[in-house]
Amino acid sequence: MRFAETGFNLEVDLSTGNIERVETDPKLTELHLGGLGTSARILWDRVPREVEPFSPDNLLIFSTGLLVGTPAPGANRTIVSTVSPQTLLMAFSMMGGFWAPELKHAGYDKVIIRGKSPKPVYLWIHNDKVEIRDASHLRGKGAIETAEIIRRELGKPKAQVAAIGLAGENRVYFASIEHGRSSASRLGIGAVMGDKGLKAIAVRGTKDINLARPAEFLDLCNQTLKYIEIREQKPIPGVMPILAGLGSPQEMKVVDEEWHTTNFVWGNARTRRKDYWTKEIETQWRGTQESVRKRLVSCYNCPMKCGAIISVPGQSDYMMKCFSKLTYTMAAYSDLEFGFRIAQRATEYGVDAYSAPQVMAFALELHEAGILTDQDLAGIPADNEGKFYWLLDRIVRREGIGDVLADGTWWAARRIGKGAEQYAHNTIKKHEQLPLKLGMLNPIYFLMYSTGEKANITQIEGQFPQAPFSTREEREEFVKDWIQVPHERFKQYFLDWESRGEHSIPFYPTVEMCCEIVDWQEMMHYIDDSVGMCAGLSSFPLKPPYHIHNYPAIISAASGLDLDEVALTRISRRNRTLVRAYNNRRGLTRADDRPPEDHWKRRFPELENKLLDTYYEFRGWNPNGAPTRECLADLGLGFVADELERQGILTAGDGAQRTGA
Amino acid sequence: MIAGGEKTTKPRKRIIKAIRIDVDQCNGCRACEVICSAFHASPRYGSTNPERARIRVIRQPLRNIFVPVYAGEHAPAECAGRDKYVIDGKEYDECAFCRASCPSRPAFKEPDSGLPLKCDMCESDPPLATPMCVQWCLNHALIYEEREEELPEEETQTDELEVGLQSLADRFGLHRVMDSMERLTKKV
Repeated sequence: MRFAETGFNLEVDLSTGNIERVETDPKLTELHLGGLGTSARILWDRVPREVEPFSPDNLLIFSTGLLVGTPAPGANRTIVSTVSPQTLLMAFSMMGGFWAPELKHAGYDKVIIRGKSPKPVYLWIHNDKVEIRDASHLRGKGAIETAEIIRRELGKPKAQVAAIGLAGENRVYFASIEHGRSSASRLGIGAVMGDKGLKAIAVRGTKDINLARPAEFLDLCNQTLKYIEIREQKPIPGVMPILAGLGSPQEMKVVDEEWHTTNFVWGNARTRRKDYWTKEIETQWRGTQESVRKRLVSCYNCPMKCGAIISVPGQSDYMMKCFSKLTYTMAAYSDLEFGFRIAQRATEYGVDAYSAPQVMAFALELHEAGILTDQDLAGIPADNEGKFYWLLDRIVRREGIGDVLADGTWWAARRIGKGAEQYAHNTIKKHEQLPLKLGMLNPIYFLMYSTGEKANITQIEGQFPQAPFSTREEREEFVKDWIQVPHERFKQYFLDWESRGEHSIPFYPTVEMCCEIVDWQEMMHYIDDSVGMCAGLSSFPLKPPYHIHNYPAIISAASGLDLDEVALTRISRRNRTLVRAYNNRRGLTRADDRPPEDHWKRRFPELENKLLDTYYEFRGWNPNGAPTRECLADLGLGFVADELERQGILTAGDGAQRTGA
Repeated sequence: MIAGGEKTTKPRKRIIKAIRIDVDQCNGCRACEVICSAFHASPRYGSTNPERARIRVIRQPLRNIFVPVYAGEHAPAECAGRDKYVIDGKEYDECAFCRASCPSRPAFKEPDSGLPLKCDMCESDPPLATPMCVQWCLNHALIYEEREEELPEEETQTDELEVGLQSLADRFGLHRVMDSMERLTKKV
């Protein structure tokens, strides 16, 4: 018997209509756990570098994680992996909600989609019965609307649905996959789904998920819950309110947005408005948020309430979480009411709330600069907010200028030319980033922004405070119950970290310390992504309930795998390295490992080079950012080294050269 | 039991276990379903399957409907009429609040066998402080309460028993009822 996982994947070929239930190799679970880990392995094995994102040979993998569906609180993530049309690298966007547990109860760890359907279809998975159904009548329908229609026509109110909207159907490079209060938004995976002609996947499952050592596992889950209760009563002092507790940033609960509105930048990631937040604004925003928010809601088996039901008069209700309430507001220099209003339409269309507003603000900047002409934007309304609705409508339909903008700022700028590249200034690996522009280079963040494969900082950072605490006393207080550190020395790094002087950024933490700190933060995300744990209870917030010291026992008791901290650390490194190697194979090099040029005003090229060199070496990569044969062989990935050598990405003896250097 | 079968004037008491369901606090996470199914699995906690849970959350987020309902006594027959509630303008599904597993709907039945499920308040030895669903509801939508309730007096019970026996005698004849009673007595 397989524990925690089902041991079966569902393979669906949309070109031929073939559907197979395939038993998986338990050895792969031992090597990669599941989720992102095993999906990366499948992409490595089956989607070589010549496969284009919109090729029928590209796979779109919907995965659960190893702990999903077990009683482990917060283990509910759906990890979607494919090749991104925007970055041309591996995309592994994720979402919470209820879809992945339902899939596991239906008897599958993953759904692997290949091929392309000639007409729009949706997939209906009901335990052992799997059907490809016509979706002609759903063409053009909103993502949330689609889910409601499917549940109704199937007569299965408990079916969980993941769907795309118009943006996905029209292969917008920042199209999302939507599922109730959650969405897998980043890196254009919705476009791949649309390219395959797949409008939605509905799933209903009523089978058991088995646990290897039940009593022990439950005891660990109870401890986790107990810790969550205690931790929620002890918000961390000295950090902004949205980050003081657990969960993803508590944007739905908290109204105080002074920090975001005065530190993040408005428009096309341009203007900082230090004086924006006033008493009047706070009163106005409080009024807006409290009137549209009907209830705070959670994902499957999680006590947090990171999402909310939003009801804006005159529109259909929808659900929201996290930062999207501000992205449209700030891109348009508007107010919160506008943010909630346009987000409803954007959710139905299914677009990423980081990229979409930025793309629209970018277009308006180009217009102001005369690079886009009145003719390009013929018909655009005169009022600012109207412009955003107008652009959004065109982008998701790929109409006129919308067709250019639908590829995101990086590609659009290159199609437009005339100096438009300068306006696409906030991307990493061609992918739009949070609108944040700061003064002094932060070496920890430099590494995470540059090298993170997800190209999305909130899915790389966590664990280590974003900034030093001002007094020694505060720092000492903070480290007292910091049980999550992999090693005691991290406490010292933090204790000695000052706001100014010798022990401040950019030269402290030292380059070596930065590598360790980044390694820790990445490790937690890679574990979460393979077991399907929400970052909000683990890798993202400070002092979370899950950490490297209790994870091995939890995963082991659920799955029966023999695990300790060393073994789990190694699996996480294997997964991280495999994703890297996959991207190397698709052309990623050191030149791509860089933050937006203007992310920090004060840059230190020499230090930055040293950071990259040291980090690569720390990871066992060569100076070009590709894992060496030694590193790969040590992780049991010798076959990856073979392939990288065949392609000339690694040269034989690469590792030796590095040692000699 | 009352010693020697003597009648007593002292009212007898029993503990009533109740769960107060505060639907306004429910975040719709279904942890109650998860842990209920795990507790009642064999071996205990050996598997999860919300479909086997003896509690279900009626969860329709876009209509802001979040109602945990517990499984009650099985009803072998369908009701003659069905209920639809409208509260604060929100219409709930037919029979939404009913606790019974019955032929008219799939709720509260084992997914494999179709056998009815019923909440037993996590009866176990040694007893739990509170049912598992309550322990796992950190949002306090489910709150365990106990109260003492006086049992009706003995005479009333006797009267009820006699009424019951009389109706059985009317239906089957007194002799058959007496025969049955005799057989039952031998079995005990």
